[in-house]
Amino acid sequence: MMTAYLQSAYRITLASEVDLEGWRDHARRLLQAGIAPDQVSWTIAGRCEAGELDLSPKAALPEQNSEQIARPVRISKTLLSLINTALLHSNEDRFDLAYRILYRAQSVPGLHLNPADADMLKLNRYAKAVRRDIHKMHAFVRFRKIGESEGREQFVSWFEPDHHITEAVAPFFCKRFTGMDWLIVTPEASIAWDGDKLSVGPGGSKDDVPQDDVVEAEWRTYYANIFNPARVKINAMKSEMPMKYWKNLPESDLIPQLLEQAGTRVGAMVSQAQDDLLVNHQHGVANANIPESLDQLYDMLEQQTDAPMEKFSDRLVRGTGPINADIMLVGEQPGDQEDLQGMPFVGPAGQLLDRALEQVQLDRQALFLTNAVKRFKFTRRGKRRLHETPNVGEINYYRWWVEQEIRLVNPGLVVALGATAARCLTGKAVKISRYRGEILPGKAGQPLLITVHPSYLLRIPDEQGRQVEYAKFVRDLQLAADFSSPG
Amino acid sequence: MSKLSRSEKLAILADAAKYDASCASSGSVKRNSAKSGGIGSTGGMGICHSYAPDGRCISLLKILMTNYCMFNCLYCINRSSSNVQRAAFTVQEIVDLTLDFYKRNYIEGLFLSSGIIRSPDYTMEQLVEVARRLRVVHRFGGYIHLKTIPEADPELLRQAGQCADRLSINIELPDDESIARLAPEKDGKLIRRTMNNLGKKVRDAKAERKTSRKAPLFAPGGHSTQMIIGADASDDAKILTTSNGLYGSYGLKRVYYSAFSPIPDASSNLPLQAPPLLREHRLYQADWLLRFYGFSVSEIMQGGTAGQLDLAIDPKLAWALQNRACFPVNINLADKESLLRIPGLGGKGVGKILQARRFTSLRLADLERICQSVKKILPFITTVDWHPGKQLDSLKLYDRLKPPPEQLSLFGT
Repeated sequence: MMTAYLQSAYRITLASEVDLEGWRDHARRLLQAGIAPDQVSWTIAGRCEAGELDLSPKAALPEQNSEQIARPVRISKTLLSLINTALLHSNEDRFDLAYRILYRAQSVPGLHLNPADADMLKLNRYAKAVRRDIHKMHAFVRFRKIGESEGREQFVSWFEPDHHITEAVAPFFCKRFTGMDWLIVTPEASIAWDGDKLSVGPGGSKDDVPQDDVVEAEWRTYYANIFNPARVKINAMKSEMPMKYWKNLPESDLIPQLLEQAGTRVGAMVSQAQDDLLVNHQHGVANANIPESLDQLYDMLEQQTDAPMEKFSDRLVRGTGPINADIMLVGEQPGDQEDLQGMPFVGPAGQLLDRALEQVQLDRQALFLTNAVKRFKFTRRGKRRLHETPNVGEINYYRWWVEQEIRLVNPGLVVALGATAARCLTGKAVKISRYRGEILPGKAGQPLLITVHPSYLLRIPDEQGRQVEYAKFVRDLQLAADFSSPG
Repeated sequence: MSKLSRSEKLAILADAAKYDASCASSGSVKRNSAKSGGIGSTGGMGICHSYAPDGRCISLLKILMTNYCMFNCLYCINRSSSNVQRAAFTVQEIVDLTLDFYKRNYIEGLFLSSGIIRSPDYTMEQLVEVARRLRVVHRFGGYIHLKTIPEADPELLRQAGQCADRLSINIELPDDESIARLAPEKDGKLIRRTMNNLGKKVRDAKAERKTSRKAPLFAPGGHSTQMIIGADASDDAKILTTSNGLYGSYGLKRVYYSAFSPIPDASSNLPLQAPPLLREHRLYQADWLLRFYGFSVSEIMQGGTAGQLDLAIDPKLAWALQNRACFPVNINLADKESLLRIPGLGGKGVGKILQARRFTSLRLADLERICQSVKKILPFITTVDWHPGKQLDSLKLYDRLKPPPEQLSLFGT
C-alpha cells in the first residue's frame, strides 16, 4: 500500500512566505503518512505565476483513513521553536530542511540536541541569521515624526530586513512604543500601531515615508560628538553595523568625514598638548665631575668619545662672550664659516644677526653666543659642505652641555634661535610661531624667548616676505633687549 | 556670551561624555509600556542602536548634565583648570532630548553624568530629578544609568537607585596613591565606602524581591565602575588585582577599562601618546578570564612578564604556553573546567562540545562544525583522530601561534 505513495513526489504549495501554520499542517499529514523528505517539494503560492517551472507532478496527499489510527507526531518544544524561527529565513530550502529534520527526529528523539549534526547545524544557522536580523531591525529602525492627532504623536519608518521578519518584530515595537502611533513599512509588509491594536498591511516603498525629521540633525550632532577620534576601529563598527543597513540610517553618511578628520584631530590634540609642555624631562648625561668653568666644560666635551661623529666636523665650536652676560643666544649648530673660524655666528646668518642686534642697540660683545649642537654637521657635495639639520638624538646628546653653559653663565634671559635650539631648551618639538614674542618660563629657571634662526630669513625667496619676517625678528630681539635692561 | 541652543549644548556635552566607556543597556529587569501606555521597554539583552567609527556601540544617550566642574582631576577634560568650552543643560532639556531620541528609536535610554557644580549634593539632586521626571511624569520605561557622586548624601543615592536601572561610581585609578596625586579632591576610601554601600543596597533589594514581588526595586541592573588605563604607572597585575577585589567585595556587574586618550588641553602631568588600545583589549580579555573561566589573577599573570600582560597574544594562550603540562586536553573526556582553559575555545564552544559528545565521540570534522576555529586549538587537544604529538613541546610554538606581523599602511592615519 505505502510503496505506491512513495513512488510519487509531493508538491506542497504554501499560502505565503510566512505561512508557518500551513507548513505545520502539511508536515503533520506527510509525517503521519510516513512520506520521506526526498519525496516532498515545497513552494509558495504565486511563484508559478511568477515564472517558476512546475516540474514535479502534484500528487494528492493520502486522505486520513478513519479506520487507521493516525501515527502520533512527536516534536520537542525546543525544536519546534527553533524551526519556527528558522522558517522566517529567506532561503528557499528552509521548508525542505525543516521537514527533513522533523522526519529524522521521529526516529532519533534527541536529534536537536546534537549541534554537530549537519542538518541541525544548518537549521541553527538559519535561526541565528533570523534572530540577528530581528535584533538588527529592533536596533536600526529609525522613526520620523509626521504629526500629531488627538494628542498622540505619529511616526513612520522605512526598513529593509533580509528575512521575512516584519510580523515577528511587531510585538517588540508594540510594547516599546505603546504611547505613540507608528507605522513601519518594509518591501514585503507593513505593520502599524494605533495604541490599541496592531494591523498588518502590504509592503511599500521608501517613498512612502517622509525623508526628514527635525530631531535628526540633533542625532547627527550627537553621533559626530560621541565619536572618540583617538580610537578608530572601523572593522568593529562594520561587523556590528553592516554597510547594507547604512542607506537607511540618518547618521551613516557622517562616517567617511569623521574618519577622514580623525587623524588630524588626534594629531592636533597631541601636538597642542606637547606644545603646552615646556617644563620637562631630563636627558641626563651621567657625569660625576661637574665642570667649574667654561673652558673646563669645553675641554671635557672635546674629550668625550661617545659624541655623534658621523657627518660631523671634528672641530668643536665653543661659545663666546662674557661669562656674566645678561643674554645668552643659542643657535642651531656651527655652519661652514663658523667651523673654519672656530667662532659661532660669523657666517652669513651671523652677519644678519649683527645687523638686527645693532638695530635694537644690543652690543654683540656683551652677549654670550653659542649653539645647541657644538659641531658642524654636513654632507659633502663636491668641494662644498652643505649644512644638514641635526637629528633629535644629536640634539639630546648636546643638551646636557648647553645646560651646563647656562648654569655657568647664568644669564638673565636665554634666547633660542630656531627650532633646534628651542627643542634643546624645552626638550620638546615646539612650534615657533606659537611661542615667539613672549618671555616664557624656561625649564632651568632662566626666562626663555623663542624666535626664528637668522638663516631662516636668508632662505625666504621673495623680498617682501623677507622684510616682514626680518621685522618680526627684530621685534623679538627688541623684546629681549627691553627685558634685560628695562627702561 | 550668547545663549547656546539645545543642539550646541548637545555637541559640547556629548563630546565631554565620550571618555566614559560604559554603554551597556543590559542586565536590568524586563519591563515594557504595554500596561502604562507610556514609552519604553527593557529586555534582558541590550540593543546597540548605532556604532561609531571608534568601534563602540551607541546604545544610550550618553551626556553630561554640565561640564562645569569644581574638581581638578588631571586625566579629565572637564577639570576646572581646563579651558574647554562649557555648557549646561536644564533638567527639562535632558528629559525632552531623551524622549525625542527614544521615540525615534535612536537609543535604549539615558546615561547621565555630570561635572560637580555648586556642591555634590546639588548636582546629585539634579541628576535624580531628571530620572524622576522621566519615570513619573513621562512614564518612561527605557534604560537609565546614573553616574553617582560619592560625596553626595546617601539619601540621594537611595532615590537614584529607585529611578535608575544602573548606578555607577568611578574608581578612576587602580590605587589610592594615584587618586590622591591625579584627582586631589577625590578620596579613594570614600569612593570605596560609597561603592560598598551601593553594593549592599543592590543586594538587599534583590533579596527582598525574592520574598515579595512588591518590594521596591533598587538599581536592578546592578552597579559598575570605570578605571583609566595608562594615566598612571600601575601595571596590569595591579589593575587586575584591583578589579578582582572590586568584583569580590562590592558585587560589581562590570569594571570598565578606559585607555587614557589624549584629551584636548591635557594636563602636563600625564603621558602623551596614543591610548594603549591593545593593552585595554588584553585587560578586558583577562577580566573575562577572571569572571567566566575560573582563572585567578596570579594564573593570568603567569603568561605575562614583569607584571604586564603579553600584548602579542591573548592572556589565555599566554597562560597555556606557560602551563603546557596541562595539555593536551582530551575533548571527549575532559571536564568543563579543563575545556574552558583551552586557548581558542570560549564558553559557547565548550557548551556545544559537552552537548555533542553525548551523541558521539568527537572527531576533528565534528569540531570543525561547532567551533569558531579548529586551527587555533589543535596544539592543545586530542580527539579520536588527532593528537598534537611533539608540537606542544616545541619552543617555536609561541611564534607560530602569535598573529603574523602586520604590514604598516602607507596611507593609514
